[in-house]
Amino acid sequence: MNVLGLLRHRGSAPVARERLQILLSYERAGREKRDLLVILHEEIIAAIAKHVTVDRDSVQVRMDRSDTVSTLGIEVEVPHSVVRARGLAFPDDPS
Amino acid sequence: MAKVLVITSGKGGVGKTTTTAALGAALAQAGQNVAVVDFDVGLRNLDLVMGAERRVVFDLINVVQGVAKLSQALIRDKRVETLWLLPASQTRDKDALTEDGVANVIKELRGKFDWVICDSPAGIERGATLAMRFADAAVIVTNPEVSSVRDSDRIIGLLDSKTERSEKGERVEKHILITRYDAQRAARGEMLNIEDVLDILSTPLLGIIPESEEVLHASNVGAPVTLSNASSAPARAYVDAARRLLGEDLPMTIPSDRRGLLDKLLGRRAA
Repeated sequence: MNVLGLLRHRGSAPVARERLQILLSYERAGREKRDLLVILHEEIIAAIAKHVTVDRDSVQVRMDRSDTVSTLGIEVEVPHSVVRARGLAFPDDPS
Repeated sequence: MAKVLVITSGKGGVGKTTTTAALGAALAQAGQNVAVVDFDVGLRNLDLVMGAERRVVFDLINVVQGVAKLSQALIRDKRVETLWLLPASQTRDKDALTEDGVANVIKELRGKFDWVICDSPAGIERGATLAMRFADAAVIVTNPEVSSVRDSDRIIGLLDSKTERSEKGERVEKHILITRYDAQRAARGEMLNIEDVLDILSTPLLGIIPESEEVLHASNVGAPVTLSNASSAPARAYVDAARRLLGEDLPMTIPSDRRGLLDKLLGRRAA
């Protein structure tokens, strides 16, 4: 095994440790709050559905967690017809 | 035509998840569209071995219960674009899986992928029987060790009696994959040899994966071993096994990472 190979192998246990710490801290915290993402997904769709008609299948939720920051990405596809029908009016607009 | 492949063993800790990730990645790198599905509900680990543990939003149970669409639960691998993961649920238990629900998910996966690879939980209970239920083919992961061989024999019995194919009088194509093989110990007569294992199980051999530190390294960093170090002995053995699954007739060899003194002095990697 060459020097680079040795370094790489020494390096992999700390990587494993860090990955586990991040994952387990998340899982322990979330044990009581079952399926938080499922609930969020449902509530976000419900909130949007109050104002525009959206297809459940056109909502994509993506997650990426790290030790310092986690991102939750929600992508909602709204058909042109819906946007046109509602014009630019906001839901609280008296029109 | 899609093929549903179950990676099973009966015994735990023999290398099912490592094998699912490695064969899935090798088939995807060969240009196949591959979904790897974790059936170990409550104790998922395929996401961790694949390095996707931070990206799980929905899981198999959510799809089975209709809470999420399959397309929302599938996670695309960041390294091989034709490789996708369907994770298991970590918070539910195996009773949340229903046969009809699993049938629907497998049917939908068949329509989207060339290979659907189901990572079975250990044991012979509900999770394991549902993982194999709709399989066209099975890889039985076996260590050259008495308890593993005994459990493999039990699993072969289930594949021949409890699967949808067996109930219709059709055959589930079965393959033995020997993992954690130590050629030196086998040569010294300390380990069951491969001929004996195959003779006892009367099932053809798909490949021999040598015991290697590369497997631990791969799971540490969250990459299938075929991607973390493609030139390593286990990676080459898994690539050969994947090519055999695709119908190639390759000579059965046991790749090795062992090198001569000159190689070590020169710092050369094994080819």
